[in-house]
Amino acid sequence: MDISSAVFLLIGSFLCVSGGVGILRFPDFYTRMHAVGVTETLATAMILIGLMLQNPDGLVLLKLIIILLMTLFISPTASHALASAALQNNLMPELDKQENNEKESSSNP
Amino acid sequence: MIMGLYNYWVVVVLMMVGFYIVIAHGNLIKKIVGLSIFQTSVFIFYISMAKVDGGTAPILAEGIKQYSNPLPHVLILTAIVVGIATTALGLALAVRIKEAYGSIEEEEIQEKDNLDC
Amino acid sequence: MAFLVAVAIAIVRMKDLFAVIMLSGIYGLLSASFFVAMDAVDVAFTEASVGAGISTLLMLVAITMTGRTENPSRHKPLLALAVVTVTGSLLIYGTLDMPYFGLAQDPVHLHVAPRYINDSMQEVGVPNIVTSVLASYRAFDTFGEVVVIFTAGMGVLALLSVVRHPKDIAEIDSINKSMHEEHLILRIVAKMLIPFILLFALYVQFHGDYGPGGGFQAGVIFAAAIILYAMLFGMSTARRVINQSFIQMFAAIGVLLYGSVGVISLLNGKNFLDYSALSVDPVAGQHLGILLIELGVGFTVTAVMVIIFFNFAGRRKDQQNKEKNEP
Repeated sequence: MDISSAVFLLIGSFLCVSGGVGILRFPDFYTRMHAVGVTETLATAMILIGLMLQNPDGLVLLKLIIILLMTLFISPTASHALASAALQNNLMPELDKQENNEKESSSNP
Repeated sequence: MIMGLYNYWVVVVLMMVGFYIVIAHGNLIKKIVGLSIFQTSVFIFYISMAKVDGGTAPILAEGIKQYSNPLPHVLILTAIVVGIATTALGLALAVRIKEAYGSIEEEEIQEKDNLDC
Repeated sequence: MAFLVAVAIAIVRMKDLFAVIMLSGIYGLLSASFFVAMDAVDVAFTEASVGAGISTLLMLVAITMTGRTENPSRHKPLLALAVVTVTGSLLIYGTLDMPYFGLAQDPVHLHVAPRYINDSMQEVGVPNIVTSVLASYRAFDTFGEVVVIFTAGMGVLALLSVVRHPKDIAEIDSINKSMHEEHLILRIVAKMLIPFILLFALYVQFHGDYGPGGGFQAGVIFAAAIILYAMLFGMSTARRVINQSFIQMFAAIGVLLYGSVGVISLLNGKNFLDYSALSVDPVAGQHLGILLIELGVGFTVTAVMVIIFFNFAGRRKDQQNKEKNEP
């Protein structure tokens, strides 16, 4: 029990750290959104499962399960809301910008 | 001695940062943000005074002997909600000032007042 | 703690107000986790919901009306820095006299607090000592504070309310349908989640006796659910669901409920807000009294938060309509 809970907690913390590094190092808004989405949903789920395994019976387990369900609903929605708001305000992804630049430079010799 | 008083010194630093924002920046919204930083640092001060080493949250339960002091918790609970109410009122005033004067920078507002008088 | 200082200094340096507000939300959340580390669970609950939730939201709405960046200052703020340094060093000199952090023999823990901790179960019968102190031993302070919240709501009403003309129902429906496609996922998820948020607010309200919770936190969570609905479905639909005059009456009813509990105690021959006058058995009277005043607090806090948000958003809509009609 303790070993599996420790494994889940470690995986969760590693995912959190990788999400943080991703926010700093990715070049573009949309890729950063992907990093944040991974952190919010998967890392939270791993940490919650690790906490559940620490205390496998009682009211605390039920509350943690409910929190996990709520998080699985809410955080992808939040990431979706951010990304669609950016798209509506015409923030182009990086690869699209590069393609447009190449097309312009190749069509104006 | 540093570890004993570390919390309070950090609180003093936070208070001074909030105070600096209030007196040195001209934008009204930034002043309100600084004021709320000041308020929150005062809450941290009270709550760190309330903590007792080895105590738990002040909810009566079986087998627990030592509780943290509940009296500052009560005071800060009311203070937080009153703080948000007054912040909302301050923001409403800032919106009205912007409509009346056209700007929320302190210097421009004072110039306009001097011109009118 | 060091994070708090870093965030505060970052707030000082930034010019973009949007980023400043986000940072202040982070500041509120960090201080809430600090409160948990200090065993202040009720306070952490309130700070997380109020400081990191509602306060960020209200500041964002205010920025949509006042402008997003700050003008750079024209002179060096040396005098301000000097004043701040002098005050700071005086305060640190003052803290040198204080007792060390966390000792159980601090004078602050020796006089009033043991009485509350030891006698709360017999006199009031409620496990959460913070609720028993807030609602029974110090109920008069809480009454004053509910009145302060009510007054702030009235102040915002006086400053920002706008006379509205009732729109056609057909026009509102057409606006709703056009917005439906854009926010489809958000609307569906919100429709699923809002009942749970309201249920959680009710749980927090009535469970405040046994765990962290109580009227203030429940009121804020309730208002947050209503604000979420208003943000996603449009102000006109939200106004049809929650009538403006009903909400204002709701706020007043909360304060009246609190005051009338006190007056009933007076009429029964005891002191103002002495709950043992409410029933034959004094402890049952305490339970009844705490329940009623927490309800009053919850009503007023919900209604005032909703009033503040609706007035800010209504003012913004009014500005947008004026800008559309003018040029």
